[in-house]
Amino acid sequence: MNEALCPLTDGAAMSSSLLIALILLLSSLAYWLGCRRAVALAQRPSAARLHSRPGYYGVLAGVWCGLPALLIVAVWHLAADPLLTRMAMNGVAAAKGVVSPDQVDLLVNDMRNLVAGNVVMHEVDPLIQAAADQYIGLQRLSDLALATVALATALAGVSLFLGRIRPALRARNQVERIVKIVLTLCSTFAVFVTVGIVLSVLFESIRFFQQISPADFLFGLKWSPQMAIRADQAGSSGSFGAIPVLAGTFLISGIAMAIAVPLGLMSAIYLSEYASSRFRAVVKPLLEILAGVPTVVYGFFAALVVAPAIRNLGGLAGLPVASESALAAGLVMGIMIIPFVSSLSDDVINAVPQSLRDGSYGLGATKSETIKLVILPAALPGIVGSILLAVSRAIGETMIVVMAAGLAANLTFNPLQAVTTVTVQIVTLLVGDQEFDSPKTLAAFALGMLLFAVTLALNVAALYVVRKYREEYE
Amino acid sequence: MAAILGTVLDMRDVAREKNEADAAVAARVRKVDRDQRQTVGLPFVEEPRMICREVNVYYGDKHAIKNVSIDVGKNEVLAMIGPSGCGKSTFLRCLNRMNDTVAGCRVTGEIVLDDLDIYDRKVDVVPLRARVGMVFQKPNPFPKSIFDNVAYGPKIHGLAGSKSELRDIVEGSLKKAGLWNEVSDRLDQPGTGLSGGQQQRLCIARAIAVRPEVILMDEPCSALDPIATATVEDLITELKEQYTIVIVTHNMQQAARVSQRTAYFHLGDLVEVGSTDRIFTNPRHQLTEDYITGRFG
Ligand SMILES: Nc1ncnc2c1ncn2[C@@H]1O[C@H](COP(=O)(O)OP(=O)(O)OP(=O)(O)O)[C@@H](O)[C@H]1O
Ligand SMILES: [Mg+2]
Repeated sequence: MNEALCPLTDGAAMSSSLLIALILLLSSLAYWLGCRRAVALAQRPSAARLHSRPGYYGVLAGVWCGLPALLIVAVWHLAADPLLTRMAMNGVAAAKGVVSPDQVDLLVNDMRNLVAGNVVMHEVDPLIQAAADQYIGLQRLSDLALATVALATALAGVSLFLGRIRPALRARNQVERIVKIVLTLCSTFAVFVTVGIVLSVLFESIRFFQQISPADFLFGLKWSPQMAIRADQAGSSGSFGAIPVLAGTFLISGIAMAIAVPLGLMSAIYLSEYASSRFRAVVKPLLEILAGVPTVVYGFFAALVVAPAIRNLGGLAGLPVASESALAAGLVMGIMIIPFVSSLSDDVINAVPQSLRDGSYGLGATKSETIKLVILPAALPGIVGSILLAVSRAIGETMIVVMAAGLAANLTFNPLQAVTTVTVQIVTLLVGDQEFDSPKTLAAFALGMLLFAVTLALNVAALYVVRKYREEYE
Repeated sequence: MAAILGTVLDMRDVAREKNEADAAVAARVRKVDRDQRQTVGLPFVEEPRMICREVNVYYGDKHAIKNVSIDVGKNEVLAMIGPSGCGKSTFLRCLNRMNDTVAGCRVTGEIVLDDLDIYDRKVDVVPLRARVGMVFQKPNPFPKSIFDNVAYGPKIHGLAGSKSELRDIVEGSLKKAGLWNEVSDRLDQPGTGLSGGQQQRLCIARAIAVRPEVILMDEPCSALDPIATATVEDLITELKEQYTIVIVTHNMQQAARVSQRTAYFHLGDLVEVGSTDRIFTNPRHQLTEDYITGRFG
């Protein structure tokens, strides 16, 4: 739920955080009670030995007290707002003679603004004002009810549990299970978010593909996403062939990787195998600074220094160089991602056990033979991982390309020409006021989907490579 | 078989004669004092393979090996014993300049292999290490196939002219290391998938595949069970026919079983050297006696 849309007044926010704090306090109290009760049970002469240490009973008591109450608070907050709005606005729309859902939404917005105490532009409608007042009243009531219910649940939970404590209660196992559940939830959270993102992009893409055929999108050679604003406008049906855009992405990423992989890998090898530890301690952080420079700054650098230099060089050599070229963007992007390759590769190379190096040197291998034949193969999975990270950075990079490579969707593999990339097109499609149902806007989602598919494929391929060539040590 | 037995018997005779001479000296001299700094016994031999004179090793400021002089004879097994941290590994690593890879390590003195002063500036460590192979305390097979592990040395030194020659070298080395029967049908599987004892024998095969003249072994059996240890010990006895071997061990019985001469180190000093039988039956230095009788360790 979006915070900005949630019409919690400051007071309401206060009261709910107070409530949560109260519940937490209660549950720490419950922890203490649980511990004490367990100890008391254990000290009874007739009692059996406690199954677990008293702390576990305490934790369990705390969970019984806090968890249901907190759950109730969460669910209440999710459900209360729409319900209260419906109740407050009951009859208002009808009274104002408004039927279309959009206009009803507008009224609701007005009411929310009033509730939130925002300045309302136009004159306040008494009906709306009444509804807002009613909303505030209802909300106060709801907060009160929530507090009562939650606190009652907390108390009920803890008293129920305290009554159930027996020495034989397997508190440790139950706590372990709760910990496991919490950890599982946390780890699946990221998965759910990913799935959500993919689905949202997917649905918009489907809407796009209802208007433009997937074949045109995937295999079309022309990208010019102009749509007629009015139906009678001439000659602008737009073409949505993604190939030139995708080609631009690959071209620029390819140039960037051609710079970053050799430079990054070699500097990683130098840093980890040849450099003295003092030199390494100084240079490695310096290299990592490269990754911290904002991409906009790289964009300046590319557009103001590198692109003109390339153009001048090209002019000297008699080559036609566009003022915005893929080469400039790729070069600068390559420099930007060097630390991704070098820093991670350096780490994995360092993680290769010294005993392997000794083994190789002990057989009379030279340093470079040892690196080539023993260390790099052993570090391969990590190196591939670092390269992969760099590739996804390169594919996703936008700013440098906007500033240095241009917006023209040329289908070319000549690095001296202007090209554009998927990310840049997504930005240009979505910048400014856009209708969210024209193919022009929806195309952005389709491009996003395409980008996602490409990076996923790259990941899978890399995983396969790593599995196949992995050399396991220990 | 009979021939091998014959040589073994011969060697025994020679060893016995030496022992008796050594023991006669020992009988004449009273037990040497704890504080005596000089090496006791017979550190030098008639037919030396490696000659070390006044070797000192420093790790930064730490003086780890103090003025050690000793010979390693041809086709003999020299055992180095001593309490933990006394510098056995350090000295062993001097013999093929593995200490070069340790930052801050400095070696002075003279170590000669045949006629080559190995710490001479002009000496290239690569061929040196091919001549003086090393087996480490912990098995460290490369994360490659069994075949590639053994073929590694021959490949980088260009010892095999053809694929089949390389295969012969690998097979021969694995056979010598007593591992062939166990791995002949899975040479393409990773060497790291073998058991600890098999891995150690693989490392030995890897070392002898380069055909070194001297093999240095740093506690090669410390991670092995008695059966694997016995295999490795048999192997050492067998390898002695062709190679010169220096072995570091914490296991007195092992030193007694496999070596002809034993050197006892203590806090960086080479305290006593002598034929193995003599050292274990009639130690002349108080520290040696304390150590081998287990009074101190
Ligand atoms: N790389 C190093 N840097 C500094 N000091 C070291 C280094 N390696 C060894 N030493 C020191 O040198 C001394 C001798 O170490 P060494 O490893 O040779 O002992 P060792 O006799 O092999 O012992 P162990 O039987 O435990 O293997 C020890 O005091 C040790 O702390
Ligand atoms: Mg050691």
